Amino acid sequence: MTEEFEPKIVAFLCKWCSSAGSDLAGVSRMEYPANVIPIQVMCSGSVSPLYIFEAFNRGADGVLVSGCHPGDCHYIKGNMYARRKLLLVKKLLEHVGLEPQRFRMSWVSAAEGQKYTQVIKELVKELKPLGPQTKLRRERNG
Amino acid sequence: MKKRTGIFICHCGINIAGTVDVKSVAAEMAKEPGVAHSVDYVYMCSDPGQNMIEQAIKDKKLDSVVVACCSPNLHETTFRNAAKRAGINSFKCEIANIREQCSWVHKDKGKATHKAAHLTKSAVKKVQKNESLEPISVPVTRKALVIGGGISGIQSALDLAGAGYKVILVERSPSIGGHMSQLSETFPTLDCSQCILTPKMVEVSRHPNIKLMTYSEVQEVTGYVGNFKVKILKKPTYVDPAKCNLCDECTKVCPIVVPNEFDVGLTGRRAIYIPFPQAIPASYTLDDKNCPDPFTTIACGKCADVCKVKAINYDMKPEIIEEEVGAIIVATGFDLYDKENMAEYGYGKYADVLDGLQFERLCSASGPTQGKILRPSDHKEPKEVVFIQCSGSRDPELHCAYCSKICCMYTAKHAMLYKHHVHDGQAYIFYIDVRSGGKGYEEFVQRAVEEDGVIYLRGKVSKIFEENGKIKVWGVDTLSGKPIEIDADMVVLAQAMRPSNGAQELAKKLKLGTDKDGFLAEAHPKLRPVESVTSGMFLAGAAQAPKDIPEAVAQASGAASKAIGILSQERLYHSPTVAKVLKNLCTGCGMCVAVCPYDAIAFKDGKVEVNEVLCEGCGTCSATCLRAAIQVKNLTQNQVQEMILACLGG
Repeated sequence: MTEEFEPKIVAFLCKWCSSAGSDLAGVSRMEYPANVIPIQVMCSGSVSPLYIFEAFNRGADGVLVSGCHPGDCHYIKGNMYARRKLLLVKKLLEHVGLEPQRFRMSWVSAAEGQKYTQVIKELVKELKPLGPQTKLRRERNG
Repeated sequence: MKKRTGIFICHCGINIAGTVDVKSVAAEMAKEPGVAHSVDYVYMCSDPGQNMIEQAIKDKKLDSVVVACCSPNLHETTFRNAAKRAGINSFKCEIANIREQCSWVHKDKGKATHKAAHLTKSAVKKVQKNESLEPISVPVTRKALVIGGGISGIQSALDLAGAGYKVILVERSPSIGGHMSQLSETFPTLDCSQCILTPKMVEVSRHPNIKLMTYSEVQEVTGYVGNFKVKILKKPTYVDPAKCNLCDECTKVCPIVVPNEFDVGLTGRRAIYIPFPQAIPASYTLDDKNCPDPFTTIACGKCADVCKVKAINYDMKPEIIEEEVGAIIVATGFDLYDKENMAEYGYGKYADVLDGLQFERLCSASGPTQGKILRPSDHKEPKEVVFIQCSGSRDPELHCAYCSKICCMYTAKHAMLYKHHVHDGQAYIFYIDVRSGGKGYEEFVQRAVEEDGVIYLRGKVSKIFEENGKIKVWGVDTLSGKPIEIDADMVVLAQAMRPSNGAQELAKKLKLGTDKDGFLAEAHPKLRPVESVTSGMFLAGAAQAPKDIPEAVAQASGAASKAIGILSQERLYHSPTVAKVLKNLCTGCGMCVAVCPYDAIAFKDGKVEVNEVLCEGCGTCSATCLRAAIQVKNLTQNQVQEMILACLGG
């Protein structure tokens, strides 16, 4: 029996909304797949496009950026910059031939543990049939 | 120099250890470069756990530590303090969240262990590149702003002023007092509401530490805890309160009549008016939304003609007042759920279908009927009155999903007051459940049933319509299963409580969070009920959730004491994880200056410079800079790249 493909996903979660939302999912004992390794950043606006390319270069099968809902940013408008910037990143990734499902943005508030769980479940479900991401992967020792 | 990092994996009883193989994570981490010590322990946050960390730092000469445990929101401070006690900088301690973000959300032990190892490794990579930092100290403006002049705002302002701090109390309507001033009596004691409120209102107006700004609205708030800058719009009242002697001649000549807000539309008022006799400040207001009336362009001038003391000045202009404060309390209160939404109960359609606040005005000695309960339609005494609880509350499909909390009690009070006024009348109450938790509350409801013969009917009302001068109420008693039909003379709806109109816009200006229903969000639902998510801003009263007067007052005092906690400090400490500029890389292009939400970056000598006091460390600048010339301390691009690698490796 071949083992099912388990995608490796990096998630950049803003401290105030999405990371708190994922904490709430934990406190509420909501279950979701273990494929996502979160990195807490202060604001989704601080997620440089370089981080996303870096993650794909290093072999991520998917990348998630999640922040406060537009208009609710802890830092007033950081998520607005994130949205504008990361939409371009998404277009660029698709332009170079990466499947659009591999990069995702979501807005998850500190009260939305359920939504966080849903986002992770969907992402993992969508990435499983795609198999490993090789397009942008940089070979080690290379 | 070789790094010496210590790893401490917490079991949290079985909370973590039940799903994560903590021993194997500790063993795996021991092999990581720069790791000098790696252990697990049952409760890292316990005293022995903390001692274990301190001892290891000293014995093994550790230069940084990672504690893999619960969310950093819970014990980051605990462990950073432990690290500090052992002699290393508190920023040399990082938390790997392997409980909320791992053990509690996964069931497969193998996968959870694998993930926990990655999370811990990522934290190790980060901590090994953390700088030692000291908090940035800032001065405190020892003055508070209270927004909202209802009972909560009044209580907060008086507590702060009593403790010796200057307070600015801003209220948007012409008088303080809020909804409590409209109430007739209060449950469960049947105290006269105005009799217990007005002494506090007078105290506010006379207190040397309180600057009262009525008919004013907060327009803009900038700054941060301890150092807020506030712009307040003072709307023109066109009447000089210092000159006005309350002779009331102006209202006699004013030709414009509009619905009276204080009587919830049961009476009219003139365009120049005083909201109620005990209003604070005691002065008239010329309401420029209604004067001159929309069909004329020039005020008629009659009020100014009769004013003997020349208090009326049509040339008064709106003013913007700027203030600096150290803490802000938001007590913006509630409004009743819109009557337009309750068409099924004929609210707004039939004159004798009232809401709870209107019924309060009918009962009130200072109300439109001097305390006689009379039908608005024909001024006759109603002999049968139906009270409907949960009108708009507890109805997730059509209206508000939540319980408005106070309606069970005030409906019992209404029914009781009605019986005290109309001895031969009959009160009926339709209810879903009667919720009477609170000191003396259950006894109060019993008293309504036993002494005043109020009939409680468990069920919802399906239809209300007018027939032969009566209001027919169709409902069902779900206990007996029988349909009920009452020919009522009056119907009173216990409308749901909503956040006050405009609270949402104010929340945005203050950068306060709101919950799904629009009430202001507290920092923690159990442990930080009066703090907002924004440091230095506190919540009081019904702005945060539906609550009755004792609860609102308790929260208001709580908010005031939290604010005093800030105002009593000489200096406050600000997180040092702010942006820094790498001068040799900066070209002075200014993209970071443009995106900074706090205007914390400025040009200097062809490059940029960060004002560390204003910087909140969000990092938007660093993601915008094309040359990585601006970075947030302890979360640099280099650190994040190492963390990405740690998350994906192995």
